[in-house]
Amino acid sequence: MLGWELPPHNSGGLGVACFQLCKSLAKNNVDIEFVLPYKTDQQNDFMKIHSTTPMNYTKLKHHLNVYDGANYLSTHAVTSEQLNYENYVASKAQENEYDIIHAHDWLTFRAAMKAKQATNLPLIAHVHSIESDRSGGESGNPMIRDIERLGLMMADKVIAVSQMTKESIAREYDIPLDKISVVHNSLDIDELDELDNDNVYEYIELLKSNGYKVVTNVGRLTIQKNITGLLYAAKDVVDILPKTLFLIVGDGDQYHELISLSAELGILQNVIFAGFQRGKKWRDAFGIADLFVMPSVSEPFGITPLEAINYGTPSLISYQSGVSEIYKNCLKVDFWDKDEMVNKIVGFLRNEGLAKTMRQMATEEIMSMTWDKSAKATIKEYSKHKKVLA
Amino acid sequence: MKKSIVLYLHAHQPYRVKDYSVFEVGKNHDYFSWDDSDPNGNQKIIDKVSEKSYIPTNKKLIHLLKTFPEFKVSMSITGTLITELEKWAPEVLQSFVDLVKTGKVEIVAETYHHSLAFFYSLQEFEIQVRMHREKIESIFGQTPKVFRNTELAYNNDLAIWADKAGYKGILAEGWDKVLGWRNSNHLYKPINTQNIKLLMKNYKLSDDIAFRFGNRNWNEWPLTADKYINWINDSQDSEIFNLFMDYETFGEHQWEDTGIFDFLENMVPIWLKDENNTFMTVSDAIDSYKVVDTIDVPETVTWADTERDLSAWLGNAMQQQAIKAIYSLSSKILGTDDWSLIEDWRRLQTSDHFYYMCTKYFNDGDIHAYFSPYKTPYDATINFMNAWHDLRFRLNEKGVEI
Repeated sequence: MLGWELPPHNSGGLGVACFQLCKSLAKNNVDIEFVLPYKTDQQNDFMKIHSTTPMNYTKLKHHLNVYDGANYLSTHAVTSEQLNYENYVASKAQENEYDIIHAHDWLTFRAAMKAKQATNLPLIAHVHSIESDRSGGESGNPMIRDIERLGLMMADKVIAVSQMTKESIAREYDIPLDKISVVHNSLDIDELDELDNDNVYEYIELLKSNGYKVVTNVGRLTIQKNITGLLYAAKDVVDILPKTLFLIVGDGDQYHELISLSAELGILQNVIFAGFQRGKKWRDAFGIADLFVMPSVSEPFGITPLEAINYGTPSLISYQSGVSEIYKNCLKVDFWDKDEMVNKIVGFLRNEGLAKTMRQMATEEIMSMTWDKSAKATIKEYSKHKKVLA
Repeated sequence: MKKSIVLYLHAHQPYRVKDYSVFEVGKNHDYFSWDDSDPNGNQKIIDKVSEKSYIPTNKKLIHLLKTFPEFKVSMSITGTLITELEKWAPEVLQSFVDLVKTGKVEIVAETYHHSLAFFYSLQEFEIQVRMHREKIESIFGQTPKVFRNTELAYNNDLAIWADKAGYKGILAEGWDKVLGWRNSNHLYKPINTQNIKLLMKNYKLSDDIAFRFGNRNWNEWPLTADKYINWINDSQDSEIFNLFMDYETFGEHQWEDTGIFDFLENMVPIWLKDENNTFMTVSDAIDSYKVVDTIDVPETVTWADTERDLSAWLGNAMQQQAIKAIYSLSSKILGTDDWSLIEDWRRLQTSDHFYYMCTKYFNDGDIHAYFSPYKTPYDATINFMNAWHDLRFRLNEKGVEI
C-alpha cells in the first residue's frame, strides 16, 4: 500500500481515509505493508509501516505537500524525496511475495508504476482527488496531469471515492468507466474522540449565550473549498440575521485573501479565522457550530460533514461533493448558487425544529456507516485481480 | 337485509408551495405559482391527475351509474381542489357535477382546506367546515350530511362535535386496535353521542385496491374482480363493506395499465349478480342498518401508515413547529379582514405541507411512500417557513404587531 501521509501527520482527508481503510482491511485479514515518504515512530498492530527517508513530516511537507500541485514544477525537478520513494518501493516490491500494489493518489503513482514494471503485480490506483479537483475546476499542473494519466492507464483497476470522481476520471483521462469502481469513504463513529464539556472557543460560547448562531467551515483555505463563495453568502446572511458568526478553521493559500474579502464585504466582525487546528480545537470547532457548511467547488469525497454530525452539528454541503451521494439528512446546494446557500443557511438558523429533526435523523444515519463496507468492496476488487494474475 | 358495498372516494389536491426563497420574503407574496416548466407545479399536477385519473374515472363512474340502477357512490372533494379545477380544468369539475346530477352520488363534508385545524383551533375548523359546505352547495346543489375529517383523523371529541353539529354520520379507519374482536363491517355509534352513527373503513379490502392492486410482488397479484368479490361474499358476520380510498387510486396511484379501470367496471356487475348484494351511499347505509355496538376512540386514529396516528404529519420537531407557527398567527390574520392574506394562510394549513416534512422512513430510502415535490423534507420545511415569514411581513405591513 502506497500513501503519502497518515494521521497524525496529515494535511487533509487523504491520510485519514488511508488509515481507516487499512484498519478495516486488516480486520478483514488483509496483510498490509504501508510505505510512507517520511520517518515516523508511529507503528500499529494492524499493518507494517515503512519509511523511505529519514526526513520527518514537517520537513517533507515543506518540500512536497500532497495538495500543493502548483509548486510541483517539472518532471526534471522531481524531488529527491520522490525518487527515494520510487526506488524504495520498486526494490521492496521485489523482495516479498506481494499480491497487489495499492496506490493512493498521484504522488505515489510513479512509484507504483515502477513497482508494477519490476514485478508485474496488479496495480490498484485509488483516487481521492484528481488535479482538476484540487485546482478548483481549472485543469491544473500539466506535469501532474501526465502522472495521473499514466498511472490511471497502467492501473489494472481504478478505485474512485465517489461516482462524481469516477466520472471526472473518465472525462479528464479517457479511462473507460468499467475500469473504475466506486468505493465511498465512510466513518466509524467509535474511532472519533468525544467532545468534553468545556468548549475551547470560550468567546464564541459567550456570543452564543447572547443569541448568536455559529456557522463553521473546517478545511483548507484554497480555491477548491470555495470559502470565497461562503463569505459572499455570509454577507447576505448577516444582513438578514445580524447575530450570525462564521468560524473558519483551516489554513491555505487563500488565507490573506479571505481576510481582506471579509473586510471588503463589511463582515469582518462576523467572521473568525481560527487557523489550522487538530485535536480538541478541531473537535470543538464542530461542537460549537449550529451549522457546518462545506461549499466546495469540487469535493471528490469530503468527510467533514460526517465528522460534524458526529459532534452533533448538521450540514449544508454542495452537490459537487462525493459525500452528497451518500449523506441524506443534510441541506444541499449547488456551490455557485449563492442565493440558495443564503436561503438554506437562514432557513436553518431560524428554525429550531428543523435543526433538531435534522440532527436526530443525521445522527441515526451515520450510526449505520462503517468503513467495513468500504473494505469489503476493496477486497472484492483485490480478489478479481489476483485471479487474473494466477 | 342485503349486504352493501359503500364505495367512498376522496378527491384532493393541495396548493404546493414553490421554491420560495428568503430573498422573496417581503417582495413576492405568491407562494403557490410555480414556473410553467416545473412538473411539480400545481397547474401541471392538476393537468396530469385530471388526464390520468379524474377524467377517465368519472367517465367510468357515470357509465356505471347509468347502467346499473343499484350502483351508488359517495365522494368528497376539497375546496382547494375545487378552486384549482375552476381555474385550470373547469370541464373536469363539470364531470364531477355530472356525476352528482345522476342523483346517486352523495358528497361527504370535510374541511375546505384539508387541514388539521380540529386539533389546533376549533373556531378555525368550524369556519373551514362551513366554507366547504357552502362551496359544495353552490357547485353541486347538495348539503353534506356525513362528515369525514382530514386524513380520516378521528377521535371521540370529533364525533361529539359532529353529533352536535347535526351530522348523521362520520367516517373513521376500521383499525383493529379500536375494533378489538369486532369487525368494521357493521354500523356503529361513537361513545358519548346522541344521534350520530359511525362507518368504519375496511382497510384490508380498501387497501387491496388502493395500495396492492398493481404490485406484482403481492401473492394475490393479479387481482381480478371475480376473486375480489368472492372474498367479500365469503366474509362472515358482515353487513357493510366500507371501501374508502383516494379518488386518485384510479389512474394515478394505480396506473391504467394495471387494469384498475377494468377492475372497477367488472366488480360492479359481479357484485350485483347476487340479488342479496347492493351498493349504498354513506347516508343510505346509516339509514338502513342497525347500530351493533359503541366505539370508543380516546386517541386520534388516522388512515395512514402502520401506526394509524398523526405521526406522518406531526411526528418530528419541524412538523410540530411549523404547524404551531401557522396557528399562532390565527387571531392576527383573521383580524385583518384581508381575504387574500387569510386565504393564503389557510392554504398553508393543508395537511400535505406537513406530510412533505415527514422524515419517517427517510433513512430507509422509501421515497415512494412519501411522494413530495421537494428533494428532501428539509427543503420542504424551509420553503414553507419562508412563506410563513412572508405572512408575518404582510401582517407587519398592515400595522399588526408581530
